[in-house]
Amino acid sequence: MTLIPEFKHQHFAHCESGVMSSLLKHKGLALSEPMVFGLAGALSFAFLPFLKFGNMPLVSYRMFPGHIVKKFPKQLRVGYFRKTYRNPDNAMAALDGFLAAGQMVGLQTSAYHTTYFPPEMRFHFNAHNIIIVGKQDEEYLVSDPVFDQIQRIAGPDLQRARFAKGLSAPKGLAHFPLSVPDRIDMERQIKKAVKKMVRMMLYAPVPWIGIKGIRYLARRVDQLAGQADARYFRLFVGNVVRMQEEIGTGGGGFRFMYASFLQEAHDITGWRVLKEASEQMTDAGDQWRLFALEGARIIKNKGAKGDPGCLGELLRQCGEKERGIFKLLKNLR
Amino acid sequence: MKIDEVPQDDIPIFRGHGTKAIYALDKHGRYTKTTTSGWAVEELVLRDVLEDFELKAAAAKTRILQGVASPIEYFVNRRLMDLSALAQAMGIAKWRVKRHLKPGVFDKLNDALLQRYADLFRIDIATLKQFKEILARDPDSRI
Repeated sequence: MTLIPEFKHQHFAHCESGVMSSLLKHKGLALSEPMVFGLAGALSFAFLPFLKFGNMPLVSYRMFPGHIVKKFPKQLRVGYFRKTYRNPDNAMAALDGFLAAGQMVGLQTSAYHTTYFPPEMRFHFNAHNIIIVGKQDEEYLVSDPVFDQIQRIAGPDLQRARFAKGLSAPKGLAHFPLSVPDRIDMERQIKKAVKKMVRMMLYAPVPWIGIKGIRYLARRVDQLAGQADARYFRLFVGNVVRMQEEIGTGGGGFRFMYASFLQEAHDITGWRVLKEASEQMTDAGDQWRLFALEGARIIKNKGAKGDPGCLGELLRQCGEKERGIFKLLKNLR
Repeated sequence: MKIDEVPQDDIPIFRGHGTKAIYALDKHGRYTKTTTSGWAVEELVLRDVLEDFELKAAAAKTRILQGVASPIEYFVNRRLMDLSALAQAMGIAKWRVKRHLKPGVFDKLNDALLQRYADLFRIDIATLKQFKEILARDPDSRI
């Protein structure tokens, strides 16, 4: 049995930021999950009606998967190893090699083949992130950030999970940090990350992203609420709520996690604006939860009770709330 | 969200799989990572979409027995996929997958391709081939 020494499993809300936080911490750079999430500028909103996922248009509350692993190390000037493989056997052999050398490895996997998931959650989602921390007999020990315990997965299943095809296929991606910088200019990083977020949420040049995206979604919900196909409307609303509240968001579509980042950033820099923005972001998260609750009520009553028209209005309120927050953050020195 | 507002609805889907991490405010207004046993809302929306797949799979069964659909139509719904996802996961064009939904075409597929389908659906190739017979014997089978 091989096991990475001195590794302590940590339970996180979101898989990608959790994996990054765990890997960096093991290398000696302690950044909390919200800090990783915030500095990477991973918050977002996107409603892409032309991209269908499970027959439903794509709704996302964060940057596309893979963003953190791809961009974050470079941003912090962390030496980073990233490799995709063409041949599955080579990829698994390389993984065994890393483990034997005492190196834990971050992997991108498909949730469909990660057998330790509840069966109801094994959707075709190709961008789940895990860390392999050891091997016992023919089973790998998995530190999956969204689970509170170490999980196990059989070799062939892991291989399938790493080489699932389709949208954002993992292609066997393996990654881990090689070296971490001695010092990070946190003030500069925070400022950059917040500015980037403001740009995206307020001024995205397309109607599907940021506040515009939220308003676009609200219009679509209004439109569907007025139509006869109640079943489609239900599934549509259910899809939005699922993306917001299913495992790995930290609640409220990542808004609480971002609020936590802003609070931590305020502790570091002392900039008042961040404190105020953090409080308002908490309100925004609560507002999203309100939308989810109302959506669930309509789904539950199969549209018989409640007013489907109010959902669009609730979404617009979320949008306005967030517009206020990012307008505020724009004033950051 | 404050810590005492974090839902603890103990939802069945996640039962036996531990808890989930979530961020909430403690009584001093500080963000803390805490755990939740789930929110009834997420259970409800997930159940709704699963039910939809379930209905489609049940309809597929009937159609397979009538001889107007191939087993692929059942398994694609049973495994929570749509046709685009299936085509992508198989690495073949969507129109080919659609064609394979016809029983006449399905019956003539070679074993190599059927094996790829079977691997993806995580079943034996024999199950895929004899699915109609299995259904005829046991209409309630949930493979």
